[in-house]
Amino acid sequence: MTTLPPLFIDWFAARGWHIHPHQQAMLDRADAPAQLLIAPTGGGKTLAGFLPTLVDLATTDHDGLHTLYISPLKALAADIKRNLTTPVSEMGLPIRIDDRTGDTPSSRKKRQRADPPHILLTTPESLALLTSYEDAHRTFAGLKRVVIDEIHALAESKRGDQLMLALSRLQALCPNLRRVGLSATVEDPAAIARLLACHPDPCDILQADPGPEPDIAMLTTEERPPWAGGGAAYAIPAVLDQVRRHRTTLIFHNTRAQAEIFFHNLWLANEESLPIGIHHGSLDRVQRERVEAAMQQGLLRAIVCTGSLDLGIDWGDVDLVIQVGAPKNVKRLVQRIGRANHNYNAPSKALLVPANRFEVVECQAALQAVRDHDLDGEPRGRGPQDVLCQHILIRACSGPFSASDLYAEVTTAGGYADLTRDEFDACLNFCATGGYALRAYDQWQRLKQTDGLWHLRDPRSARLIRMNIGTIQDTDLLKVRMQRSRGGKPLGEVEEAFAASLTPGDTFLIGGEIVRYEGLREMTVEVSRDRGRQPKIAVFGGTKFATSTQLSQRILSLLNGGDWSSLPAHTADWLRLQAEMSRLPKSGELLIESFPHEGREHACIYGFAGRNAQQTLGLILTKRMEELGLHPLGFVSTDYATLIWGLDPLTDPGPLFELSALRDGLDRWLAGNQLMKRTFRASATIAGLIQRNTPSAKKSGRQATFSSDILYDTLAKYDPDHLLLQITRTEAMRGLIDFGRIEEMITRIDGRIDLLRLPRVTPFAAPLFLEHGRMPVEGAAQERLLAEETERLMAAAGLST
Amino acid sequence: MNGHDFSLAGAPLVALGSGALYWPAEGLLCISDLHLGKAERRARLGDGYLPPYETQDTLSRLEDDLRLTEATTVICLGDSFDDRAAADALRDEEKLWIAALQAGRRWVWIEGNHDPGPVELGGTHLAELPLPPLTFRHIAKPGQSGEISGHYHPKTTLRTRGRAITRPAFLIDADRVIMPAYGTYTGGLRSNDRAFAPLMRDEAIAVLTGPVPHAVPLPR
Repeated sequence: MTTLPPLFIDWFAARGWHIHPHQQAMLDRADAPAQLLIAPTGGGKTLAGFLPTLVDLATTDHDGLHTLYISPLKALAADIKRNLTTPVSEMGLPIRIDDRTGDTPSSRKKRQRADPPHILLTTPESLALLTSYEDAHRTFAGLKRVVIDEIHALAESKRGDQLMLALSRLQALCPNLRRVGLSATVEDPAAIARLLACHPDPCDILQADPGPEPDIAMLTTEERPPWAGGGAAYAIPAVLDQVRRHRTTLIFHNTRAQAEIFFHNLWLANEESLPIGIHHGSLDRVQRERVEAAMQQGLLRAIVCTGSLDLGIDWGDVDLVIQVGAPKNVKRLVQRIGRANHNYNAPSKALLVPANRFEVVECQAALQAVRDHDLDGEPRGRGPQDVLCQHILIRACSGPFSASDLYAEVTTAGGYADLTRDEFDACLNFCATGGYALRAYDQWQRLKQTDGLWHLRDPRSARLIRMNIGTIQDTDLLKVRMQRSRGGKPLGEVEEAFAASLTPGDTFLIGGEIVRYEGLREMTVEVSRDRGRQPKIAVFGGTKFATSTQLSQRILSLLNGGDWSSLPAHTADWLRLQAEMSRLPKSGELLIESFPHEGREHACIYGFAGRNAQQTLGLILTKRMEELGLHPLGFVSTDYATLIWGLDPLTDPGPLFELSALRDGLDRWLAGNQLMKRTFRASATIAGLIQRNTPSAKKSGRQATFSSDILYDTLAKYDPDHLLLQITRTEAMRGLIDFGRIEEMITRIDGRIDLLRLPRVTPFAAPLFLEHGRMPVEGAAQERLLAEETERLMAAAGLST
Repeated sequence: MNGHDFSLAGAPLVALGSGALYWPAEGLLCISDLHLGKAERRARLGDGYLPPYETQDTLSRLEDDLRLTEATTVICLGDSFDDRAAADALRDEEKLWIAALQAGRRWVWIEGNHDPGPVELGGTHLAELPLPPLTFRHIAKPGQSGEISGHYHPKTTLRTRGRAITRPAFLIDADRVIMPAYGTYTGGLRSNDRAFAPLMRDEAIAVLTGPVPHAVPLPR
């Protein structure tokens, strides 16, 4: 056992603390090549990760960078800097700590490269950027440890793959580098360990004591939840009451839009003016930092937030977590609950607030799952090739490299351990020449090979590559600012598609304020303050999660279990009403409702396959309906159903749902649809075919850029086997397409399809009419609609065509 | 023919769904902003390595329009090439293809801001072309009438029942036509952009391109 130096023992004692067993264990295993610690929030996880570093730096001399700390959030890096500075200064340790994120001023960044601190706190993207510099070997000289915080969150996205590729580079520069991963409770620790390991070296897993069971319940309100919608406005008085009765409450939402609307409503009802803030990823940094600071000083009684607060930032005295809207995923719910109460030995307290009556059922199912410790999750896929392409470009920025060395390096990274040389070469070829079947203007290719080493043809292109590092697809976000004449204050960001739907005078919510859209100027949405109390347009997008397979199954069981005693009376009544007017969906059959509404025909398909698979189902079915001349116009999907609307009714669903027909048609319809284009845009951006940021972007405005859909169409037409199209297919199948869950559903229903023709919208179908993310169908109906609309507009304007 | 019929300064014209403008009385086809060689130029500038298929795609659509209209005069309304070096760098097959399209036709390259000055391809090179009652130039001049121009790549969004549709569009009023970009790799400027305000009259219309062209009052 490694004993703590006296200095540390005294410091622990002075605070009345004891070293936790897992903190001691991490110290004992300081020399393990890779070590994963799984511990609940509040378990002193971060200190456990840093103890070996602090002890080493306290007892030996070290020049330059010693430990790199990576977190998924900029805010977390800043937070850890504060938390770490306390013990370091109280013990008088000679340790320099600094953080480096996208928000760090460039003068400080430059200094850090030339004279790095002992401990550098950063994000995967900032690390990737650091490795792209030609002096990377100097910056990282002497690096001994890397600590990856909240690795479970990074593992869920391509950021994790990019980080591990960056580590493979660091490991080549510093062969004795030790890796530590810190994770919240997850369903499959071995998968995270595989990601963290430097293959073929192993990664050990250490499980800390999970602490007491959480105190978790559904919030009961006088007011009934509405039939539909995601705002949970009905629960405002009850939530305010809870805020009043607790010191500090975190109010989690699944999307930014919902958080904005809820916050707005909370303020309208907040007669005592309780200090309440809002925090989400689309807000301007200055605003976010103000809220973070106020929170740490204990000035806020509640904070309305999204996933941007999911992670282990120490928000001080949080004693209640409220989850508004169904949690969709039991694992994330458990992790959020852990945000309440940083006392290791006290239970966390949490309340679930369903936004509508269907979510009452889902919340109830989630409560059972938490009690049963039944966590959910999707298995991690192979490392994506678009991320590898970006890594190759980043590697090229830092200097010439040999393909064999780089191949050996990347196959030490978890996601790429089984990458074949052919797959690697395809990525390298893409980076060098574009990888097109037609070889054109080779003299301008991006990478060239000289004396066996690959290098950038034009060293100046490194700038563009560096400007576009990262895998986060906040694509098409436009900045929102007050008009210049009103000070030009930045407020945050909205999706471009949302901005395009605005006309001057429209009002919407951002950062809890109602603003009026004035116009678009050089890629910035200009707004002015609006005095109105009701925004006309209240919604802009946010991340949408799919309800997990496990949770969906629990919901179906609950619907059909016959025992609704755990549900509030209003919800039980609603289920009864659905059973009366239509039928309750069952696990072993597929319920389809067909009904007219507002001049259109609708079909509602209750597949319970999760949002992405329901979305795919919508695509396949509308394609097939188009072929049958049923004039589908569009569809929208939720986690439990897909609603299709069109000009003609669906009367015979049988042929639409044969698995073989679905699978056969997959390739055919896959090629032209919007989801593929969206997936392509993401992969093409990551792989470096298209750039989010260019030095000239500001000058040229919109006209110079053209939609990535055009590139997709062009490749599909002239170069259908191109690497990026292959990547797009793979990505789409496991991500947005999620065909696996459709197959699971088809097997589950085994041909039992129950089509009901009904006179009107049913209780279960109603919520879908208020869903966002409607997908249009490109087809005959579109031309019919355009003709109608143009005729109407021209007539209204007194013009004739 | 699949087009929107209108007249400008007394000349009857057809805005085709492809984005080309046809003047039947003159057997004249006008297309604007082809931006041929864009992928080559971007690669040359180290600005990304786009699929090198845009020139053949643009030319094959132009070939379709020529077959359809049997036009005897072709006016390329500027920015036909992404820059002059891109014109020189066209692959041999592409240069031959252009020559084949030019055979037996009067062919005019109007110069644009991307391609000022002559290129080494057949056809006449002009700064602008008056063909009374019309004038063809790359960038619209305020105060002119009977003017056909390009440059801005206008596009228009239409909100229909339940969805918004965006397409490249012709902007048309009693004085002028601003043509949509014809090239495959071209983006667009929204027709409600401030740039169009001093150019288009209040009663201007936008004609959305597509399988069937649709005319609407110009969204502002």
